[in-house]
Amino acid sequence: MKIRVRVNGQTYESDVEPRKLLVYYLRDDLGLTGTHVGCDTTSCGACTVLLDGKAVKSCTVLAVQANGCDVMTVEGLERDGQLHPLQTAFWEEHGLQCGYCTPGMLMSGYALLQTNPHPSEEEIRRGISGNLCRCTGYMNIVKAIRSAAVKLADASAEPSKEVAASGSSSD
Amino acid sequence: MAVRQTELRPLGKSVGRKEDPRFIRGKGRYLDDISLPGMLYMCLVRSPYAHARIKSIDTSAALQAPGVKLVITGEDLAAMNLAWMPTMANDQQMVLATGKVLFQYQEVAAVIAETREQAEDAAQLVYVEYEPLPVVVDPFKALESDAPILREDREQKSNLIFHWEAGDKEATEELFRNAPVVVKQDVRFPRVHPSPLEPCGCIADYNSATGKLTWYVTSQAPHAHRTVLSLVSGLPEHQIRVISPDVGGGFGNKVPVYPGYVCAIVASLKLGKPVKWIETRTENTTSTGFARDYHMTAEIAAEEDGRVLALRVKTIADHGAFDAAADPSKFPAGLFSIVTGSYDFKEAFVEVDGVYTNKAPGGVAYRCSFRVTEAAYLIERVMDVLARRVGVDPAELRRRNFIRKEQFPYKSPTGWTYDSGDYEKTLALALEKIGYEQLRKEQAEKRARGELMGIGISTFTEVVGAGPSHTFDIMGIKMFDSAQIRVHPTGKVIARLGVRHQGQGHETTFAQIIAEELGLSTDDVIVEEGDTDTAPYGLGTYASRSTPTAGGAAALCARRIREKAKKIAAHLLEVGEDDVVFDGVGFSAKGLASRTVTMKDIAFAAYTNVPEGMEPGLEATYYYDPPNLTFPHGAYIAVVDIDKGTGAVKVRRFLAVDDCGTVINPMIVEGQVHGGLTEGFAIAFMQDIPFDEDGNCLATNWMDYLVPTALDTPKWETDRTVTPSPHHPIGAKGVGESPNVGSPAAFVNAVVDALAPLGVEHIDMPIYPWKVWKILREHGVTE
Ligand code: FES
Ligand code: FES
Repeated sequence: MKIRVRVNGQTYESDVEPRKLLVYYLRDDLGLTGTHVGCDTTSCGACTVLLDGKAVKSCTVLAVQANGCDVMTVEGLERDGQLHPLQTAFWEEHGLQCGYCTPGMLMSGYALLQTNPHPSEEEIRRGISGNLCRCTGYMNIVKAIRSAAVKLADASAEPSKEVAASGSSSD
Repeated sequence: MAVRQTELRPLGKSVGRKEDPRFIRGKGRYLDDISLPGMLYMCLVRSPYAHARIKSIDTSAALQAPGVKLVITGEDLAAMNLAWMPTMANDQQMVLATGKVLFQYQEVAAVIAETREQAEDAAQLVYVEYEPLPVVVDPFKALESDAPILREDREQKSNLIFHWEAGDKEATEELFRNAPVVVKQDVRFPRVHPSPLEPCGCIADYNSATGKLTWYVTSQAPHAHRTVLSLVSGLPEHQIRVISPDVGGGFGNKVPVYPGYVCAIVASLKLGKPVKWIETRTENTTSTGFARDYHMTAEIAAEEDGRVLALRVKTIADHGAFDAAADPSKFPAGLFSIVTGSYDFKEAFVEVDGVYTNKAPGGVAYRCSFRVTEAAYLIERVMDVLARRVGVDPAELRRRNFIRKEQFPYKSPTGWTYDSGDYEKTLALALEKIGYEQLRKEQAEKRARGELMGIGISTFTEVVGAGPSHTFDIMGIKMFDSAQIRVHPTGKVIARLGVRHQGQGHETTFAQIIAEELGLSTDDVIVEEGDTDTAPYGLGTYASRSTPTAGGAAALCARRIREKAKKIAAHLLEVGEDDVVFDGVGFSAKGLASRTVTMKDIAFAAYTNVPEGMEPGLEATYYYDPPNLTFPHGAYIAVVDIDKGTGAVKVRRFLAVDDCGTVINPMIVEGQVHGGLTEGFAIAFMQDIPFDEDGNCLATNWMDYLVPTALDTPKWETDRTVTPSPHHPIGAKGVGESPNVGSPAAFVNAVVDALAPLGVEHIDMPIYPWKVWKILREHGVTE
């Protein structure tokens, strides 16, 4: 089946088998290997991407379902060589160890901050509760998302356009 | 929060991780991210039965399926003499089943096709006719005389794999005969699974023109894997290159060699093309690398005041169908004989029987030094049983029995020599920090009101750093480790180590050690691991052995470079070598601090201006054979409340005070502690791999084998004491597994403490709410 998908701002036209999962389309067809697979039961969230702005587990979405949609993956967080404040926060707060869950965590964190720019700790924990991590014990991930929220709030309080843009959605 | 990499004297600082930039960009390169031209894909056919004779296998339909290039069965492998492979525990394991299958999900055939989907489709078309056989899942029943013999390939016709003893039996019996107090407790450590987020997998790439096999694999021990491969395949070692790319967590799961690996290699040899195999989560959970499954009975003989005299332990260890545990050769039950823990027992006697059952091969060291987790859990649990019996507070009982700091180096009754420790100090800090007295008061008040609150303590001793070549080998290979450092003319350094990290932050911590020793910043040092063509030989990363072994190698290797650097410095400063001093940042002439040369100056000189007769260049290799293991310790305290209506346990507080000797990067150490505690919490409260009578595995994926989420996981409080290892080059002991080893006992002790007023003495893990709920109902406690 022919599909047309916008991924990280770039449009792709592809011919895919109807049974192909979005995660394998992104990884194998587009070479965007930042999105990972960790389970077969929609349990781990390593494959989380944004589909029309909503966080979804791309192992549970067919590529054909993304036809005409806008997808954002971890590779789309960085803008013009600038890391997104959420990425920097994960680095600064030691929010990762093996890094395998990290892209999914970043996308879930990003989606959370889009709808709730000032989440409480409890809200952050709930926001990433669909994402498993076997390494970090979550505390530093929560800290990182919190610190990114503060940074983004500070940045949007300032008039600097450039920084504000890096915090907005993929469009 | 992290500090910058550019600082000099980086040891002991929370330097930001060098590995993170690629991971936060989605630019890590894990196994499944690698794709080679012409690559084929393999899928395994697995047994639905736990024990069955294979009457026939029909592969013809699968061979006809679209894209299929090859189907391999056990018979095919047998023709190549590859039907069986050695395990790391000196047993043998079927690569693909021949004759019969021994556990559910055992590998029966391999299908290789052009795509992942084609291979999966065709695997459905392999028809295997089975004749079910009687199944043995209970290790106690496996030892009964009328039990079916599972392993017909073995000379010994019984399901007993080994019987192992440590300690002095007679002396122990003697103390038990005369002891005023004896307590006894059965304790089970359930079968659990390490479950790293990335499953296992490999790409085998055999080049028929050069005869060279490049093998990309999710490996915690690439060098050891290459040696095993060479022994199995007959390919010479220098024709095999093992590359372990970024690894998405290991926790012991990526130490053994799995049948899928061998099949992918055989397929690549046969087809002359790269062949990729990646497990699904279900395959990982059901067939690779279980841990624990120890049925233990401990008895303590003690004085009336709770002072311990002797320990007696009997254990049945369920190793599944093949003994695939990665244990040092001399220790069939690993380091389980450290079971006397932090306490000064006069004598001890430990017995372990390893048993075959119709379950997947088990016994990997899951975030653990070869069964020290089981040992630590057992002793910490039974010390609480003793405390209750003699009516002494568990903190006080521990204090009374601790090995005192002046007793180190301490020789344990089972033969280990502990390097150093200060248990009293660590416990004192933990008690003070958590407000123990206050909590006990609060508990008394709550009890009076009929509420259930518990406080659990675990003061464990770990044993890591395998290991000294006099005691430790795997399949004969000594377990020292290595580092190779090359300083380039501009003072930039590449260091290669024999270990292989999976999230532990080696690229940063080893850079810190080397930078500290050479007077550079971590920015100047790149650490590479995981490629056997470039890295020096080493036994890999597991059992918290990297810092004690490779960390020691890194420091001593850097010192070797510093020796030469000093000679060059003397030449540049135009003074005698004895007049040169190194202050951690540069070399200067004694008494003339103004005349200083830096490592960068020296590096350049090493290639442009060396003293006459000196070999140019600045590099070194060091194989470090540690004189002893290292013994980190900790004092952990859990505070729980139990909901009487549901039986749910709420971990209100958890404090971990660790002593891992010299700390290289506090941020990374704390991160390791958080992660290990979360795994320990999961084991205590949610994880078990049960089997039904027919040997069906009842926890096959993350829907029914539970992994805690951010909502389940408690908040962790941490602190530390520092008792350096006297024999390690920088005094470091290793920490990664301590929190996983030490925490289950604290959790369980807390729950039992909460239920003690009901007369409860012990509860086996996992402590699901319904288990507690049932106990509450049995005792007439309702909301
Ligand atoms: S891979 Fe999608 S949820 Fe696990
Ligand atoms: S960092 Fe390893 S799974 Fe999260």
